[in-house]
Amino acid sequence: MKKQIQIQDHVLLLKHKKLDDKALEGLLNKYNISPKQLPKVYKKDPALREIEDVKAGDIIEIERDSPTANKTKFYRVVVDG
Amino acid sequence: MQEYIYKKVNSIKFSFFSPEDIRKMAVAKIVTPELYDKEGYPVDGGLMDIRLGVIDPGLRCKTCGSKLKECMGHFGFVELARPVIYLKGANVIYDMLKSTCRECSKILIDENTRQKYVEKLGNSSRKAIAAMIKEKTKNVKKCPHCDAKKYSVKLEKPTIYFENDKRIFPIEIRARLEKVSNEDLRLLGYTPEAARPEWIILTNMLIPPVTIRPSITLESGERSEDDLTHKLGDIVRINQRLFENINAGAPEIIIEDLWDLLQYHVTTFFDNTTASVPPARHRSGEPLKTLTERIKSKEGRFRHNLTGKRVNYSARTLVSPDPQIELGEVGVPLEVAMELTTNERVTSWNIDRLKEFIKRGPKNYPGANYVIRPDGKKKKITDETVESLLEELQEGYIVERHLMDGDVCIFNRQPSLHRMSIMCHKIKVLPGKSFRLNPSVCTPYNADFDGDEMNMHIPQNEEGRAEAEILMHVQHNIITPKNGLNIIACIQDSITGAYLLTREMEFQREDAIELLLSIGWNDFSNFPKTKTINGRQILSALLPKDFNFIGYNMLHKEDEKEGMVVVKNGQLGKGIVDRAIIGKESGDLLRSMYIQYGPEKTLKALSNISKLGIKIVTNYGFTTGLVDTDVDEKIFIEINKLMDEALKKVDEFIEEYKSGKLEAYPSKTLRATLELKILEVLNKARNRVGKLVAENSSKDNPTIIMASSGARGNELNLAQIAGSVGQQALRGERINRGYDGRALPIFRKNDLGAAPHGFVRNGFKQGLAPYEFFFHAMTGRDSLMDTALRTPKSGYLYRRLANALQDLRVEYDKTVRAASNEIVQFCYGEDDIDISKSEAGSINVKKIIREAINK
Ligand SMILES: [Mg+2]
Ligand SMILES: [Zn+2]
Ligand SMILES: [Zn+2]
Repeated sequence: MKKQIQIQDHVLLLKHKKLDDKALEGLLNKYNISPKQLPKVYKKDPALREIEDVKAGDIIEIERDSPTANKTKFYRVVVDG
Repeated sequence: MQEYIYKKVNSIKFSFFSPEDIRKMAVAKIVTPELYDKEGYPVDGGLMDIRLGVIDPGLRCKTCGSKLKECMGHFGFVELARPVIYLKGANVIYDMLKSTCRECSKILIDENTRQKYVEKLGNSSRKAIAAMIKEKTKNVKKCPHCDAKKYSVKLEKPTIYFENDKRIFPIEIRARLEKVSNEDLRLLGYTPEAARPEWIILTNMLIPPVTIRPSITLESGERSEDDLTHKLGDIVRINQRLFENINAGAPEIIIEDLWDLLQYHVTTFFDNTTASVPPARHRSGEPLKTLTERIKSKEGRFRHNLTGKRVNYSARTLVSPDPQIELGEVGVPLEVAMELTTNERVTSWNIDRLKEFIKRGPKNYPGANYVIRPDGKKKKITDETVESLLEELQEGYIVERHLMDGDVCIFNRQPSLHRMSIMCHKIKVLPGKSFRLNPSVCTPYNADFDGDEMNMHIPQNEEGRAEAEILMHVQHNIITPKNGLNIIACIQDSITGAYLLTREMEFQREDAIELLLSIGWNDFSNFPKTKTINGRQILSALLPKDFNFIGYNMLHKEDEKEGMVVVKNGQLGKGIVDRAIIGKESGDLLRSMYIQYGPEKTLKALSNISKLGIKIVTNYGFTTGLVDTDVDEKIFIEINKLMDEALKKVDEFIEEYKSGKLEAYPSKTLRATLELKILEVLNKARNRVGKLVAENSSKDNPTIIMASSGARGNELNLAQIAGSVGQQALRGERINRGYDGRALPIFRKNDLGAAPHGFVRNGFKQGLAPYEFFFHAMTGRDSLMDTALRTPKSGYLYRRLANALQDLRVEYDKTVRAASNEIVQFCYGEDDIDISKSEAGSINVKKIIREAINK
């Protein structure tokens, strides 16, 4: 049997999570921005492959290791391509 | 108040002028090379026609009716008798001739392929399509449309075309290009509405307005014309001759000669530095400067006039050190002070004072050079004008007076990489010809005195002076925004002095007071009443009375107790003051003072401590020399023993390696392990030598004092002088370069030992053996080359980085945003710490708590 590799399980891949509508709204309100002003991530990005139902305009929350703050949250908006 | 017009550029379109465009935009047809008539008035239809604008103050432009400077000029045109090729389009025409049919002017690909490309047009890159088509037409023998044979086309630079070795003239080429269909042009990458290929072959030529080629009247009253006018004169003259010859039915050879001459003049009008075209010259033999030369190169419009600007009220000269001058001052030569001026507006309160300046005039210091009337007219003060200027001077006038002590200036050293490269100093007028600088401000400017020059600028209004003084003064730049530590601090002798003073010195009360008086200190209200006064008490006199501070000096790593420096209520109780206390980027004392007492007091204290240090060193008679590194016979033997042991150890490693007994380090080969082990042993030995020398020297040894105070030098330097220079390394390895398995022919081949691979066993004092000297020179040359090559590279890299990041900012919601408000970071630095207010990037919580408890 062929073993399916889950990229999300790899230690080097940061934790990616899709924001639900409420959290998305909250984020945009918090920074008073439109999704256009967020950093971008391609829909075809391998990190998003295992997240279900990702479409352009969604916002992905990324948990990063940080040398200054240990853990930090980063947000990217999904774009086509 | 000036009115501003705000408009946004949406797009810029580049295109060629068609002959019709040229006719439409031109206001005059130029028909004669004559410039002026007998009265000196511009000829109608000549190159200086006043319809093209005016350069005489008396005349009005015939086109727009405006005067000189209001009218920016209008284009004219000449109708060329025969078409002429525009030089910069020669290759485009060449490509067209190669890829289209000479008979029917269609692209040399069959209809099917052509159709395929037409469909592609909308969705793929036009550049790519054009390139593919050009490639396809390369090996076609005859036209797929009309079966006409394809001729081989050649371009003889710059503008002569041959077809099967027979010359084709622009007139014929133009006729062919006119026939190419718009769709074919699109396939070849053109936008036919903006640029048809035949427009590259000029039939009408624009004549630039006279305003861009003004003539100058020489002192003799003679007019001298601009190079462009000269060249245009040639064009018009030959053009007229060509017309006449054609009309008179002259033989074709004569016409062709004239045609080529016209082509030459047009070519050199656009570019007089074309290869294979002899440049057109003045009668003096100097080449003319035509259109391209005006724009290109360092002296061209971009780099000379647009990117490069020069300013008035500035000076540049050599800098030299002056430890007596205040940190916030700059010594300015008298000559500079009398040439540069600052301005003062006349009021009823200062009119008498300013009159004195005017009376002294430009030649007596402190005088004044100019008076500016309220209407903006600037009057030079001379022996003739002094009287009348004094007479008319009243409120509202501005006097440009010489620089005096205390005036502000902006001082700068290039490259201006950070904000401390441009700071405000107070002027101190001094004899001599160089700018004088306190050595302590060398660090922020990155200046030294081996020939460095610096620039000075004088602000010319109250706003400028206020901004310079409040925002840019040296005292506001003690702390660098890079990491929140002080960049301006005590250096070298000041550190040595403070170290000596706080380590052991003791004075009679009278001597101590004299010492402080000599650096300009005269507040002895808190001075101890005892008969003898120690060094720490003297230093304490310079500190604020309620200053509390705990810091750690360089001893702290080895001895926690000795390493503490404690100031309680302005009294330095214990601890030796060294580089870690008052030095740059570590001087915690200065940073604490800055926070508690502000910039001005800190700068003053720094200046006093620095001066005191220098005074101490001067009185002490501090000096250094090679004798400092002399060691006892006993120590010398010990050093030799250390080195010999290390070398023996190296040989043992090599033996182990050869016999296969050596054990490899993880993830290293045996050979690499051997290298590492050798380097380790040798380095360890050298470090031990350094320690040995340091430990066995007297604590009054000046070199040791400098090393242990952190002023200059370290144990490694000692080891290199007294012991062994050590392993020379190229690219992190021992020296392996050389022929036939050895670095130099004096060694045995494939010897793995220390000496054959660049270990210098001798110290500088003993002198190096020839082969050692050679190895040392190798690494020296390598690092010299490295710096020379790396400096411009890293400078450019830094510039690009600074340009890319220049408009990022931290918003009030702590996000970092780019110019158009896109988020770059969601929280500045992810931890929200302002580096410029931090202590090397972090917050010293311990200190905050301590201060809170003590309050
Ligand atoms: Mg220098
Ligand atoms: Zn005009
Ligand atoms: Zn054809």
